[in-house]
Amino acid sequence: MSSVHHGTPGSPGGDTAAGATPRGGDSAGEELSLEEAIHRVEEAEHEGRPPAAGTLSNTLTAAAVVALGIAALIGSSRLGLGTARSPEAGTWPLLVSGALVLLGLGLLATARRTTDAERFSRASLLVLGGLATMVVFVAVISVIGFEIPAALLAFVWLRVLGREGWRTSILTSLGVVVAFYLLFVAAFSVPIPHLF
Amino acid sequence: MDFAPVLHGFGVVLEPTNLLYCLIGVVIGMLIGVLPGLGPAATIAILLPVTFGIEPVTAVIMLAGIFYGAQYGGTITSVLLRLPGEASSVVTVFDGHAMARQGRAGTALGIAAIGSFVGGTVSIIALTLVAPLVAGFALDFGPPEYTALALLGILLVATISSGGRLKAVIAACVGLLLATVGQDGFTGAERFTFDNLSLADGLDFVPIAMGLFGLGEILYNLEERHRAAQAPVAVANVWPSRADLRQSSGAIGRGSLVGFVLGILPGGGATLSSLAAYALEKRRAKHPERFGKGAVEGVAAPETANNAAATSSFIPLLTLGIPANATMAVIFGALLIQGVTPGPQLVEQDPDLFWGVVNSMYIGNILLLIMSIPLVGLFVKILKVRATILAPVTVLITLIGVYTVRNSVFDIGLVIVFGALGYLMKKLGFDPGPLVLAFVLGSLLEESLRRSLLIFDGDATGFFTRPISGTLFVAFLLVALLPPLRTALRRRRPAAVPSETATQDKELV
Repeated sequence: MSSVHHGTPGSPGGDTAAGATPRGGDSAGEELSLEEAIHRVEEAEHEGRPPAAGTLSNTLTAAAVVALGIAALIGSSRLGLGTARSPEAGTWPLLVSGALVLLGLGLLATARRTTDAERFSRASLLVLGGLATMVVFVAVISVIGFEIPAALLAFVWLRVLGREGWRTSILTSLGVVVAFYLLFVAAFSVPIPHLF
Repeated sequence: MDFAPVLHGFGVVLEPTNLLYCLIGVVIGMLIGVLPGLGPAATIAILLPVTFGIEPVTAVIMLAGIFYGAQYGGTITSVLLRLPGEASSVVTVFDGHAMARQGRAGTALGIAAIGSFVGGTVSIIALTLVAPLVAGFALDFGPPEYTALALLGILLVATISSGGRLKAVIAACVGLLLATVGQDGFTGAERFTFDNLSLADGLDFVPIAMGLFGLGEILYNLEERHRAAQAPVAVANVWPSRADLRQSSGAIGRGSLVGFVLGILPGGGATLSSLAAYALEKRRAKHPERFGKGAVEGVAAPETANNAAATSSFIPLLTLGIPANATMAVIFGALLIQGVTPGPQLVEQDPDLFWGVVNSMYIGNILLLIMSIPLVGLFVKILKVRATILAPVTVLITLIGVYTVRNSVFDIGLVIVFGALGYLMKKLGFDPGPLVLAFVLGSLLEESLRRSLLIFDGDATGFFTRPISGTLFVAFLLVALLPPLRTALRRRRPAAVPSETATQDKELV
């Protein structure tokens, strides 16, 4: 919330940061204070990241926090609130979720000035794809064992998400599964579901 | 003080298994320090399942090695490629890469390794002297003191974490809520379990840490545009000259001190101390304009400080049972899994563990010094392994690793859920660190609060009438209320000069 300052307003790094990364020799005469240095650390960390999110997404985030807080408030009141003298199971969750609601409202109030969230872009689809491979993995592992879903996961990550070549993708994903099989099943005999 | 247990600790370290795991730890630490992407917290989280089969001392020796080893490794990429492998090595980029372009890459790496070694060693010695005193002091702590200490610790970590403070505190609250899932320790009531049997015993720490730190970070990195590969600068002579050593000796001394002190503070840690040490050197220098253009002190100070801080941040963990940063929270979790509760009684009750871990750091630092100077070339080669190949391997290690902990497919699902949450949090500007920390401290905090209320018979002013808990609570209120008040005041005076607003930035990191 305190990111309203000089430097890169309206962006957590992104495009502007690419030009403002830590410079070596060309920062002649520039005063590098601690604050400046910290600022650069943040910029360096955000190098190559998408631009800042808009007010709508910040508002939605804050609303989600408030909603979570309210849900937890309702949940804790069902547990029995107790009193300060004799705390019940719901006392502590009530305090925490109350704080959560208040903080969420604070976030809502400052949503317009928030610059530390990132915009969702086409690249975010890669993340969805990555998550999908994991969901498939966990869904089928107890039925058909870990080998096939693991090879598939590795292959999708290499070929589709990582844009590696066909040969590298196929060989690496097979190699990884063989290595895992030898390590977990043959060497450590972990009771992980497996086909062979 | 009694040095017999300290010496006995060396015996523990010198057992071949422990030496081996110390070596494995520092090598892994150095590797992940070199590779940008996964930080020490993520790596330690992913390796948690490995620690199950081994002794607690051995496990923590390895995990600690990963943490301080990463501080050494991060330097290499900062200097040679201008890519900080770790957040704590970012400032090293300014002067380190400038030195590399002047053909003095070897000197920069050599000075960094020596500085790291000195900083680490000074910090271990100080830790050896200070830790038992802190632990002795804390033995009298009752529930009210622990309530105050845990609250202050969580708040400080949230205040100094990256991203907005408000969001960090929200993350911490979510962590506290997650910690309440499962059976209530006092009444036996089931809380937030939604009648799911797998949730009845509460959420396990391992899938949360592995998901938020490990998978979350990998998913977050998927979106990153791949940085153009850069040919590393050739490394010639890694031994710094006498003149370089003389020039940086002051910086190394002051860096050790700054790092040690800032490392103890909750939320301080390696990154903040490297920045502070750099700023201090620059302020003290006769020719501050040299900084950023290849000043050897500009490499020596931050590298010394981040190592000293990595070491001293073990003090609050091992003596008070309060982790000072995200990585310590994961190590705390690892100890709890092993059945060891870190706290003031640890020095007395389990001296082998305490001194074994502390003394292993001497060995680890020597190993790192030996490895980092001649093996720099080897570590640079590792950079050629592409992130696109490492990512799926890490994902599979995580998914299968979390299964091995309790042989539970439910845990795989949990790690994926928390991986998605970790991605969303990073994306939306919430630091997952405070969440994990608050989750780890959640049950301690609730238990202490409820016990305190029983002791005080429901009178909350009791917290303020006890000297130690009173002081801690006043500190808590100051940290919680001062920054928003200052912001409110500043908004009334819109003509505030930029340098004034800049001081605010400190709270971001």
